[in-house]
Amino acid sequence: MDSSIIKTPSVLIEEGKNNQAVSETFTANFKYILVGIFFGVVFVKSEVVSWFRIQEMFRLASFHMYGVIGTAVVVATISTLVIKKFKIKTISGEQVVFSERPFNKGNIYGGLMFGFGWAMTGACPGPMYGLIGSGFLVFGVALLSAILGTYAYGVLRDKLPH
Amino acid sequence: MDFLRQPWHWSIAGVLIGLTVPLLYLIGNKPFGISSSFRHLCAACLPKTPFFDYDWKKETWNLFFVFGILLGGLLAATLLANPEPVKLATSTHDQLAKLGVSQFGQLEPTDIFSFSGLLTAKGFILIVVGGFLVGFGTRYAGGCTSGHSITGISNFQISSVVATMCFMAGGFFVTWLILPLIFKL
Repeated sequence: MDSSIIKTPSVLIEEGKNNQAVSETFTANFKYILVGIFFGVVFVKSEVVSWFRIQEMFRLASFHMYGVIGTAVVVATISTLVIKKFKIKTISGEQVVFSERPFNKGNIYGGLMFGFGWAMTGACPGPMYGLIGSGFLVFGVALLSAILGTYAYGVLRDKLPH
Repeated sequence: MDFLRQPWHWSIAGVLIGLTVPLLYLIGNKPFGISSSFRHLCAACLPKTPFFDYDWKKETWNLFFVFGILLGGLLAATLLANPEPVKLATSTHDQLAKLGVSQFGQLEPTDIFSFSGLLTAKGFILIVVGGFLVGFGTRYAGGCTSGHSITGISNFQISSVVATMCFMAGGFFVTWLILPLIFKL
């Protein structure tokens, strides 16, 4: 069912994994562009992409970011409970798979590192894409650097505490 | 249209971002997460190492999704652009001005987050070192704000609660103790 796991058993691929059993055609992927566009508009219009808003959050000067993330968590939690309780199927009739991410020390060390980077760039991964689209093209450099950071983690992974 | 051009209230944004989670589950059995795209781009474009040796083509949806976010940003900044300057809490405005930020009013302080800003020491550190930490840290942590703080917590995962607490702790630490040093450069 999932060739990626069989091929590389030693590597955690649970994170953000595609759980759909039926493979999708290239054109079927266009619906994710639409979801992305919707999401990108929300990101930029609510200003959560802004370095200033992230600074307000870390300076406890505004409720805005806490309100956005808090509301998103509540809505996502209720939706997830509803899907689980009523066993709602995907549009292709599959049972929804909820990938588990077991705890490891990387959640702490990596979490702190991401926190450092979040306060510096003022952007988590989503806003980086949204900012490039909004015309702040220098975030293309931040994005390339983030991709290299992910690559560096992948190369050093076995030497790091987990 | 004016209603859409104004900055959106946190409750509207929160509901819409939260609804992305069930939307992705139901249209394709996909867990909402964005930092994974960095890994898929590595797997697709850079030399293979064990961590990047997997079937990234099965995860192409995620690259379409993030490309959509970019297009959404373009739409929001053109058709739906807010004509007013960005409003900022007075205390934050004053603290940042004191640190040396000079450009207010846009979504980003363009004295730092621009190509000319990139050539300054503080711009380079904030953009390049900061970006690197975002990419390294999210994968080491196993996710970012979307994958852990929203999707993970909505699925009652301890790892996601711990990770989110560490995101915040790291951010407070850098904001209060490290940014003043970077801005002195």
